[in-house]
Amino acid sequence: MKLKLDKKNFEDFLKSLIEGYDLFAPVQLTEGVSVFKKIDNPGEVSLSQLVPQKSAKEVFFPQSEVMFRYQIAGNQGPTVSEQKIERERILLGARPCDIEAIAIIEKVFVGEDYTDVYFLEKRKKTTIITLSCNHPLTTCFCSSTGGSPFRREGSDLFLTDLGESYLVELLTEKGKTFSKNRFFKEAGSKEAGLLKEIEEKASKKADGSVPVEGIEKRLDLMVESPFWDRIHEKCISCGVCTFLCPTCHCFDITDEATHLNGERVRNWDSCLFPIYSLETSGHNPRPTGRERTRQRLMHKFNYYPKNFGRVACVGCGRCILYCPVQFDIREALVYASAKRGKGRKGKFK
Amino acid sequence: MILKKAEIETSDRLLRTLELGFKNKEDEESFRFIPGQFCELSILGKGEAPFGIASSPIEKTALKFTINKAGVVTTALHQIGAGSEIGIRGPLGNGYPIDFFEGKNLLVIGGGFAFTTLRSLVAYYLHPKNRTKVKQITVVYGARMPGLLLYKDELLEWEKRDDIKLVTTVDWGDKDWKGRVGLVPNVLEEIEPSSENTCAVICGPPIMIKFTFPKLVALRFPNERIFTSLEKRMKCGIGKCGRCNIGHLYVCKDGPVFSYAQLEKLPKDY
Repeated sequence: MKLKLDKKNFEDFLKSLIEGYDLFAPVQLTEGVSVFKKIDNPGEVSLSQLVPQKSAKEVFFPQSEVMFRYQIAGNQGPTVSEQKIERERILLGARPCDIEAIAIIEKVFVGEDYTDVYFLEKRKKTTIITLSCNHPLTTCFCSSTGGSPFRREGSDLFLTDLGESYLVELLTEKGKTFSKNRFFKEAGSKEAGLLKEIEEKASKKADGSVPVEGIEKRLDLMVESPFWDRIHEKCISCGVCTFLCPTCHCFDITDEATHLNGERVRNWDSCLFPIYSLETSGHNPRPTGRERTRQRLMHKFNYYPKNFGRVACVGCGRCILYCPVQFDIREALVYASAKRGKGRKGKFK
Repeated sequence: MILKKAEIETSDRLLRTLELGFKNKEDEESFRFIPGQFCELSILGKGEAPFGIASSPIEKTALKFTINKAGVVTTALHQIGAGSEIGIRGPLGNGYPIDFFEGKNLLVIGGGFAFTTLRSLVAYYLHPKNRTKVKQITVVYGARMPGLLLYKDELLEWEKRDDIKLVTTVDWGDKDWKGRVGLVPNVLEEIEPSSENTCAVICGPPIMIKFTFPKLVALRFPNERIFTSLEKRMKCGIGKCGRCNIGHLYVCKDGPVFSYAQLEKLPKDY
């Protein structure tokens, strides 16, 4: 079913969402820096930045999250779990790559053996309203990693900016509960035509030429390759790529406490930090940038695919956009797939 | 869990064995584990850390853990007194392949304070109920100094038994030391244990594991019959936090016990 939402009604639509749900959407903190936050006032929502700096994973897997709180008094105090989410949630305005990434994280967190209840609770209680990418950036390469600027999988509702209105597609049972929404009107053939035109144009723009296919098998043969000696050299281990990556999901667990009470917290962590794998004994299984860079790339393009059958990269381009030393993951992939001796020499700068 | 008893094991006073009792009877009954598995022990306000279970599944009354005092959590575990409450999550990990060991000889190689889960394994097989499950048991156990060997009373008992061969070695002896002096891999070379129908299990510092593998290969142990238990800086213990992977496997849930054949196919991230 195709509907439309006039832009002049958009703020009122958001207001109606806030009444019934906790709404999460991109908010511009400063010029060029948008992040996903809980919305109190519809005016805060800013959909102008195509790829918000921090991804939508934060809505399901916050950068810092209290798992439970406790009182220390005599070590006997009750512990209070923080897993319950009281209100249904809506995630609005994330792009298809971020939504694809949530499914990638979900495969790890919601396993056959163990389930991450904190993630699952949020995932179950969230309705996803995705916004299409009409004008992919030059750093976008979702078409190379199995996605597209109009990938609808994983979304409950799918919005496309048509200029004066949004075209609304209701894709799932959860999405269909919005069919009677008072701000949605039936879309006509004009809107349908426009959608087709925009979708075709955008799909051509997202780079589909990055050699991702077959990368798992190629990397199998490259575990001890001099490739890694070369590739890590300019990385300064700042970890920004892993923090901004929508599929990176490693975390640390620590206690933050006074002598009276405390909380057990999990925080995002990064395999690029030397301390990440440093053991108390002083032994570090990944002692140099070589092993750490290998871990980052191999996890995305070899280890994860071995476990879950697809690469753990959605081509959002954040790691390219925000790397302080211009490490370009696309170049690394091209370099990794080049024939030894020929294309590899000098190709990776 | 409630701390029932604690004992300092070594002369440097850095290793303390805790005996933990279950607070709830139902938990005690439902807690089933095999040697080689580990638990996350937790002290509120300090944090949580993984430790191999040092008691054997057949010692019903208490769970034993030997703690090396090194960081915040382990220091707290050294300071708490009897009666203190400790959080526990477990048992975690795969444990030693006891089904595969059945009917074979066992060569147990340990180094330093990594002997904990090996102690669990040996104690499991030395129990009258289980002794027939494996044939010969040979234990090679080394430490830097005599005072750093764990479970000394038990080692003495094992020495007296004729159904287990125990070889202890130290890097530096003292005036009372009557045993061998030398590094574990070298001692192994000297005593030349037979690889026939034998499984080798190694647990020790990474450097010892690294130098022991080739010695075992030289003794004609096939890679599929060499096992080791690895440690990594793990947190969640259930394959979520991503900290302990070696290649596509996680030490916490696919390990901590791996065969050398498995490890040969993985990056040397351990």
